[in-house]
Amino acid sequence: MNRLSLTSLLLLVIRRDLLLAMRRRADVLTTLVFFVMVVSLFPLGIGPEADTLRKIAPGVVWVAALLASMLSLGRMFSADYLDGTLEQMLLVPQSLSMLVLGKIVAHWMLSGLPLVLIAPVLGLQFDMSAQALWVLIAALLLGTPVLSMIGAIGAALTLGLRGGGVLVSLLVLPLCIPVLIFGAGAVESVTTGMSAVSHLSLLGAMLMFSLVFTPWVSAQALRISME
Amino acid sequence: MAINWFKYSAPSTFYGLAGKLVPWFAWPAALLFCVGLYIGFFVAPTDVVQGEAYRIIFIHVPASILSMFIYLIMAAYAALGLIFNTRLSAMMATALAPTGALFAFISLWTGALWGKPMWGAWWVWDARLTSELILLFLYLGFIALQASIEDTRRADRAGALLAIVGSVNVPIIYFSVKWWNTLHQGSTIKFTGTSMHIAMQQAMFTMLVACWLYVIAISLVRVRSIILERERNTQWVKELAEIKQ
Amino acid sequence: MNWAEFFAMKGYGFYVWGSYGVALLVLLLEIVLVRHKRTITLQQLRLMRDVGDEE
Repeated sequence: MNRLSLTSLLLLVIRRDLLLAMRRRADVLTTLVFFVMVVSLFPLGIGPEADTLRKIAPGVVWVAALLASMLSLGRMFSADYLDGTLEQMLLVPQSLSMLVLGKIVAHWMLSGLPLVLIAPVLGLQFDMSAQALWVLIAALLLGTPVLSMIGAIGAALTLGLRGGGVLVSLLVLPLCIPVLIFGAGAVESVTTGMSAVSHLSLLGAMLMFSLVFTPWVSAQALRISME
Repeated sequence: MAINWFKYSAPSTFYGLAGKLVPWFAWPAALLFCVGLYIGFFVAPTDVVQGEAYRIIFIHVPASILSMFIYLIMAAYAALGLIFNTRLSAMMATALAPTGALFAFISLWTGALWGKPMWGAWWVWDARLTSELILLFLYLGFIALQASIEDTRRADRAGALLAIVGSVNVPIIYFSVKWWNTLHQGSTIKFTGTSMHIAMQQAMFTMLVACWLYVIAISLVRVRSIILERERNTQWVKELAEIKQ
Repeated sequence: MNWAEFFAMKGYGFYVWGSYGVALLVLLLEIVLVRHKRTITLQQLRLMRDVGDEE
């Protein structure tokens, strides 16, 4: 076998995970349907007044995105764990962090990106302005990868545990609070007539910070869980 | 005199040492609790602004301070255990977590009971109260993770990693909550810190020291049980006086 | 000093004693639980020893 360069390894893992996911398309759709449903439930619970809805829209979309990404975290490593692929992955000479990053990117493309794409439609349900919608998309684009990355640590730590699904939410949700605050805050600042730049740049900083550290931490967590 | 610290990092030696240390922390803690409460209730004067309700701070502030410190100490122990592979520090981290969660709970409870007469609401989304709540969640996550892993080595190491990630996140969470709070013009607890009467400061400080000693004593007792459980198959445990009888 | 007055805390009695009461209760509960855990652990170890002796 030729030694793979890091980028080609990354692309290989992403392509493999996407291919595997395409064979089980229902899983991807479930997350998306869950997201749409949760968001659509809020007006039914709160009432259809446009003013209230406009006000709560960013928070609702973000909380729903948070829950939806928790829902799919269990799948990030479990299939590979069950069929033994993960054990082989730990043995590859290339960097495990890069491999984990590949899995994170694939997870985001399957569970984060669809949410970003459907969010504007849901925003219309909440009577959001065009400008707010654009900021919502930008914030989600910056924020959802962070959710996948922090989630990867939780998924790796709870690998193979019973009740892992609830446990992973318990571990990861508190750590995601800054993303929620700045993500929802960005949209809110636009609707109140301020600039969203500071929120978005803080989200960007979080993205960079997690991009550097979380793949490595998740790799360590995988090693701990697989010992 | 050089003390061989590594000698005490072995669970077998530490078990005996901890047993001897417990009374030296427990009794001063009890004494200082009494002294602190006496100063707090009988010596410290009534606050001009808040009346008698301010006396809640003598338990609220030490509990809040300790709940945060315990998390950091827990993470430090966990990191030590992860890096140097010392079993004892991992056990200390496990022993500290329930007490930390408890202090976080006390801080929230007393904060609510203080908030009601002061702001007319049991709960306000004040930056400090909110961070305290998130801290409680972090503790619960740590405890839940360790409880659900049967293999103790994996439980130690997984918990350690989570505690370290959590402690990196704590300042980020704190500042984001603070920012969120100022953005929404939430209420903040303002206590006239500079004009605090000397007796109030004494009471608070005494209570803080008492809580510290209490935490040390209770976690030493707890870590002793953990040591026994984990080392149950070793010879030294079988030869202990408590077991032989 | 009048004790009834002291416990009333000028109308804040419920809040002040509610705080200290629950804090005390929780700490006492922790002490009881930790001691109970130690008793249980010691009992289990003695049981294990007895089983081991019979073998």
